[in-house]
Amino acid sequence: MTAVKAEPAAPAAPATQERVSGRSGRWWVPWLFLAPALVLFLYFKFIPMGNALVMSFQNVQPFLGNQWVGQDNYVKVVTSDGFQQAAWHTVLLAVVQTAGSMLLGLVLALLMEGRSRRLSFIRSAAFLPVVVPMAVIAELWRIMYHPTGDGMLNSLLGLVGLGPSGFINDPHTSMASVIATGIWRGAPYDMMIFLAGLAGVNRDLYEAAIVDGASRWRRLLHVTLPGLRSVFSILFILAAIRGLRVFTEVYLLTNGGPNGSTEVVMTLITKLGLEQNRLGVASAGAVLLFLATLLLTVVVSVLRRRERE
Amino acid sequence: MSAASETALGLKESRTPQARLLKLVIYALVLVVFAGPLLALLVSAFNHVSDPTQLSVVPSRPTLDNFAVAVDHGVLKYLLNSFFVVGFGLLLQVVVSTLASYALARKRFRFMTVVFVAILATLMLPEEILAIPLSLILSDLPVLHINLIGTLAGIIVPVGAWAFSILVMTEFMRDVPRELEEAARIDGAGELRIFARIILPMCRPALGVIGVFGFTMIWDQYLLPMLVAADSSTYTLPLALRTLRIDPVVTPGVVMAASLLALLPSVIVFLFFQRSFVHGLSSGALKG
Repeated sequence: MTAVKAEPAAPAAPATQERVSGRSGRWWVPWLFLAPALVLFLYFKFIPMGNALVMSFQNVQPFLGNQWVGQDNYVKVVTSDGFQQAAWHTVLLAVVQTAGSMLLGLVLALLMEGRSRRLSFIRSAAFLPVVVPMAVIAELWRIMYHPTGDGMLNSLLGLVGLGPSGFINDPHTSMASVIATGIWRGAPYDMMIFLAGLAGVNRDLYEAAIVDGASRWRRLLHVTLPGLRSVFSILFILAAIRGLRVFTEVYLLTNGGPNGSTEVVMTLITKLGLEQNRLGVASAGAVLLFLATLLLTVVVSVLRRRERE
Repeated sequence: MSAASETALGLKESRTPQARLLKLVIYALVLVVFAGPLLALLVSAFNHVSDPTQLSVVPSRPTLDNFAVAVDHGVLKYLLNSFFVVGFGLLLQVVVSTLASYALARKRFRFMTVVFVAILATLMLPEEILAIPLSLILSDLPVLHINLIGTLAGIIVPVGAWAFSILVMTEFMRDVPRELEEAARIDGAGELRIFARIILPMCRPALGVIGVFGFTMIWDQYLLPMLVAADSSTYTLPLALRTLRIDPVVTPGVVMAASLLALLPSVIVFLFFQRSFVHGLSSGALKG
């Protein structure tokens, strides 16, 4: 939830070395405090990333020694139908889920803005899905999505004369079902962020709009939404990045099935890497996923900076 | 300030009976959609479900059988694993982040910007992207040559450093007034003493934020425990749910009972520390 903190706090140039007393001036003191974090990051973030890069150019053979194969793995990944499809599914899921969560989250925030006790109770209840572990949500929705007519959601559909739907068991509806579960969990999160954003919108502008006789709708369109612009871009980047690396819910709901209809990049990579032991190809896929995330982050931050200036 | 201008939609303006009814319907709908499924989970966990295809929303024949079966399938052990991981993982995470933040917020040193950017960059390297190399590293830590596969330490140590906590803490520590620190320094207090006795106590709200977020983050871990597990002995409860579901003799009621145990800790933490949670969400996300 923090990719956002990126710009603000970049510290000043190191030129002003502090020498209040002899002790605090010792150059290694800050490094001692930083050491545990840096060692852990080195071991579990930077070395793995470096290894992924190296492996992505190799044919990894645990006991025979690795072979350098140049860009072969990348060619294999990019030209394989499976990966192309998974990449398309991932983008589709990330975009629709992000847009859906933001839209629903905004509507919820607008409807439930306010200070009353009752509202804050409803807000807390609506927020619960966000703190429930993903694994629990997936198991719960698996049961709710039971494909026969007496499944929970199917009986609701039955009430309005629809269904029964196969949901996650039908290749035509499986992706939509996975996305729906994601929106259910994502929207309340976005709602909370929007609420925080709404609290920051200048109240005087509302007054002014009322004085000018602007309708509720126009006030929303011309005062509130522009005031939330930075919230939109933050939520967009957070959700899109989270969407690109989606794994747990897909793994537990469908594991890519039925018939590959919900296969995303991460479920494909774990299948290639952990089940089939094709570590080089899987690493190439992971590096591509990382590059996509990086590109998205950089583009959005550049756009935001330009907008601010 | 008039009531009408308090919210974007100004819903307080609506005083007509129709408008109030509409509002009630909307609130009820929100509750049904977002809390309803969780309520179904709760009820099913305590229900004697004869039909394995359905979740029960209406309680009937309440029973603890589901929990008994879940316990027979080792759920208590998995729960214990989860608590062990979250306990030590969070402790490590808080210690590591506060130490690092102290250096980043209160010191000036060469390469500080580099360190800062490196820590930020880790936010783009989640377990998902690193899954394959991470599982190799865990089986043979470079230089140390320790194998963490099949140990709970394999889950605890990697979650020890989390950039989010470091950033929240750093931001907060910057605002602690210099004078306090200077005074202690003149009294001859050392770095560790200043850190533990002066700076940390001033950061209690931030500690709440990183504590709550750290807890839910570690409790929600899925891929990492999956990479670490050699067999079911190190499963955390979220990981065990799938195994439980796949077992052909286990009914959905049992899976829901285990799910209830898996969601309660994080829901309880959220309800108790709601203020820290909401504070963290808004400050973490909006400062950019």
